Amino acid sequence: MTATIRPAVGAPHARIWGVGGYRPVRVVPNSELIDRIDSSDEWIQSRSGIKTRRWANDEETVAEMSIAAAGKALAHAGVSADQVGCVIVSTVTHLKQTPAIATEIAYRLGAGGGRAAAFDVSAACAGFCYGLTLANDMVRGGSAEYVLVIGVERLSDLTNLDDRSTAFIFGDGAGAVVVGPSDVPGIGPVVWGSDGANSGTITQTESWESLREDREAVFPTLRMEGQTVFRWAVWEMAKVCQQALDAAGVQAAELDAFIPHQANMRITDAMIKALKLPAEVPVARDIAETGNTSAASIPLAMERMLESGEARSGGTALVMGFGAGLVYAGQVITLP
Amino acid sequence: MASQEEILEGLANIVNEIAGTDVEDVQLDKSFTEDLDIDSLSMVEVVVAAEEQFDVKIPDDDVKGLRTVGDAVDYILKAQG
Repeated sequence: MTATIRPAVGAPHARIWGVGGYRPVRVVPNSELIDRIDSSDEWIQSRSGIKTRRWANDEETVAEMSIAAAGKALAHAGVSADQVGCVIVSTVTHLKQTPAIATEIAYRLGAGGGRAAAFDVSAACAGFCYGLTLANDMVRGGSAEYVLVIGVERLSDLTNLDDRSTAFIFGDGAGAVVVGPSDVPGIGPVVWGSDGANSGTITQTESWESLREDREAVFPTLRMEGQTVFRWAVWEMAKVCQQALDAAGVQAAELDAFIPHQANMRITDAMIKALKLPAEVPVARDIAETGNTSAASIPLAMERMLESGEARSGGTALVMGFGAGLVYAGQVITLP
Repeated sequence: MASQEEILEGLANIVNEIAGTDVEDVQLDKSFTEDLDIDSLSMVEVVVAAEEQFDVKIPDDDVKGLRTVGDAVDYILKAQG
């Protein structure tokens, strides 16, 4: 006789219970960057909406920024580290291939008594929404009661300060959320996917492999085909936003916040137009002072909107990440 | 199919909508970047709006070749055919 396997039992629903961010101490204004790219503060602002960004110092490592953000998220949620069953870290700038940085972070936080499941996710600027999707499924599937999702980047490590199209875009920071059980749905169906045919449009210039072959090679940076990415991000991603709303059965007018990945203010503005988002819906514009922090941008922007009172706890928000891969994911959530 | 005049008028309205440029200023000999205050990202917005309005496809590689309004009008005229 075949043995009967007892299935895992999860929560009926999941939601985000807390959010926290860490912004590096050093503020970098446009004026520090303009000489090397023969540009001006006005030009950078008109192209991107960015006034300043934060760049991490030597002590503000991927792990340190993550632990700071996660600690705030746990406190906000009122959940102890002990209750966390899994730590998911989304990053493309932990420059050591293995082990995953998530294990060190879980251990140092004391997540699950320091022994929580832990792994990294590589989904670039969609990484937070990818992690949120996994966390939602884990809580509902019974793999973990509480899951920490951390988006963290030190993009300044991969920025080419002589590249006019990207030198001013990127910033550093970490954002975290705690996902846990809920009696009512707090995370809507994800609409996600990838477009590998266009993976070359945002990419690391050289592979790590090339450094081994050529000791004189310059350290890799990030390169982007701005116009192609702009077109994809605005018009294709507006469709995904609409699909995420439809999947959750939520109207755009019912949103208390729209929190897209902070890629570029121009992308956000054009996306709002393409989505025909009602003017009353508050939109995250954290990029102006934070730059594009890839996987960290959505939780950082979420924290700012809640702290400033632009959005309210318990409100309904649309989150949407998109970036290198090309990858994307969007879902409707209840704000913590 | 739209005529040259209709395409010019359509483009003028699109440029006005996106960059706030006066409709009368959008003439065939005008350069998008130098005369009409259209930067590379605004140009993508213009192109996508034109694609929708005139039911044509303008790939990114071709967008770089559209320096003047006349270039864009010619391109759309041919692409319609």
